[in-house]
Amino acid sequence: MIRIANGQGFWGDWLEAPVRLLDGGPLDYLTLDYLAEVTMSILQKARQEDPSLGYARDFPPMIGRIAKKLKERGVKVVANAGGVNPVSCARAVLKAAPGLKVAVVLGDDMLGRIDEFLTKGYEMRNIDTGAPLASIRDRILSANAYIGAFPLAEALATGADVVISGRCADAALVLAPMIHRFGWSADDFDKLASGIVAGHIIECGGQCTGGNCQVDWQNIPDLANIGYPIVEVEPDGTWVVTKHPGTGGRVDTHGVKEQLLYEIGDPRHYMTPDCVADFTSFKLEDIGPDRVRGSGVRGAPRPPMLKASISYDAGWKASGTLVYTWPQALEKARAIDRITRQRLDQLGLHFDEIHSEYFGFNACHGSAAHPVADHAEVQVRIGVRSSDKRAVERFTREMIPLVLTGPPGGTGYGEGKPSVKQIVAYWPALVPREEIQTRVEVVE
Amino acid sequence: MRVPLSKIAHTRSGDKGDIANIGVIAWKPRYYPILLREVTPERVKAFFGEMVEGPVERFELPNLEALNLMLHRGLGGGGTISLRTDAQGKTYGAALLGMEIDIDERELTD
Repeated sequence: MIRIANGQGFWGDWLEAPVRLLDGGPLDYLTLDYLAEVTMSILQKARQEDPSLGYARDFPPMIGRIAKKLKERGVKVVANAGGVNPVSCARAVLKAAPGLKVAVVLGDDMLGRIDEFLTKGYEMRNIDTGAPLASIRDRILSANAYIGAFPLAEALATGADVVISGRCADAALVLAPMIHRFGWSADDFDKLASGIVAGHIIECGGQCTGGNCQVDWQNIPDLANIGYPIVEVEPDGTWVVTKHPGTGGRVDTHGVKEQLLYEIGDPRHYMTPDCVADFTSFKLEDIGPDRVRGSGVRGAPRPPMLKASISYDAGWKASGTLVYTWPQALEKARAIDRITRQRLDQLGLHFDEIHSEYFGFNACHGSAAHPVADHAEVQVRIGVRSSDKRAVERFTREMIPLVLTGPPGGTGYGEGKPSVKQIVAYWPALVPREEIQTRVEVVE
Repeated sequence: MRVPLSKIAHTRSGDKGDIANIGVIAWKPRYYPILLREVTPERVKAFFGEMVEGPVERFELPNLEALNLMLHRGLGGGGTISLRTDAQGKTYGAALLGMEIDIDERELTD
């Protein structure tokens, strides 16, 4: 049996979690997930400005902090912290933690091959909208294929203490140690799928151990000291989700079910680079305090295409807010929306979208919001989006004057005029697997 | 009688591009048939109203006594394009807890 933990569910997650996973009990592998869908484009920009950057900058100091314990305990790290520059990331890790052996997995970056792919007839249509990639060709900022767990396992086989990849499937970080230790092959579909399901459960960190959980949430113990998840995996692929003893949070089937259903599509065909997992196939059971066992996962062969994460420049946006109070809080907030739109219209500016919402009334739930009779306070938030940066800039000057020229009692403008942000949008597409060749390098 | 969905199920929601997904999990195995009967794509679509521009798709997970709902074009463009506060649909599951369903009182008692 091996124990695999996840200590970061995203870049920006709780900094104490990896340290506590090492201190709190037995562990063999520590995975850290840093890459959200648009993170790659942010990193691509960072690399354009400084060729030595383009990776998750939290990662090297984190490894520096835990290096001694990793060595003492023989725990190996698998992380997608490499972003668009895994080699530089590895060098920074070696600087922060001299003496560790670091291996990188390369080959996911396909930014330099977009035109070659288009020439070959790969349309790379947006999976969600069906639009061909050619329609945004000149606005592409980054392009990476999601690679699977086998190259990561190959990197572990070098004896590395730390394995760093760029874009890989999140759950592949967790599957890789299983392939490495149990010698699973590409046609062990059921075992691979079982590893992927375990990976899906723990890839969001504390979200499967009591975080963001509706199950009797007021009584989930000690969330301040929440234990991050660990899977204990057997060579036959069955697993137990748990956490270290004495930590906060809770692991039970109901909480694990919430995470199993988080951000999935068709549950019978959960697509990954290594296999297709059937989320309707297996059994989940409580087998003890904070212990949930999964068995019977069925899988199918890996798909012929790999998913790619492409990002592109999609214009500009800004949003501003003002606060109004009783009496007639909502009416006053609605007046702000009306007057702002009229002033923008009179300026003749072009916006792709103007969106208004009212905190205290409907900001998150919109047309499905629970009705409230008489609001004590309402915050109006107006957001605009445009390919014309000047239009968005002008919008940022339009809301604050309403405090003196609109309905009575406007406040909550303390942050000053809103900032204008570039929109880097996500374009999911498919590329033929054979075009993406990975390779492993040990960085000295 | 009419009760909110929260009586028989809990939820978690998130995003895939411009699709909001809501996992709906029965509190007890014997509530799962009620989910199948009451939480139909048509009713979920009607409940969310103009928030969700596209169709609602439903998948069944009998092994987990759960449903996965996909609300297409449900996030105002999704990701970084959306101007909504909840561009990732994190609160959609909570909203759905307030959807009223029809049940016989005997279905709730043990």
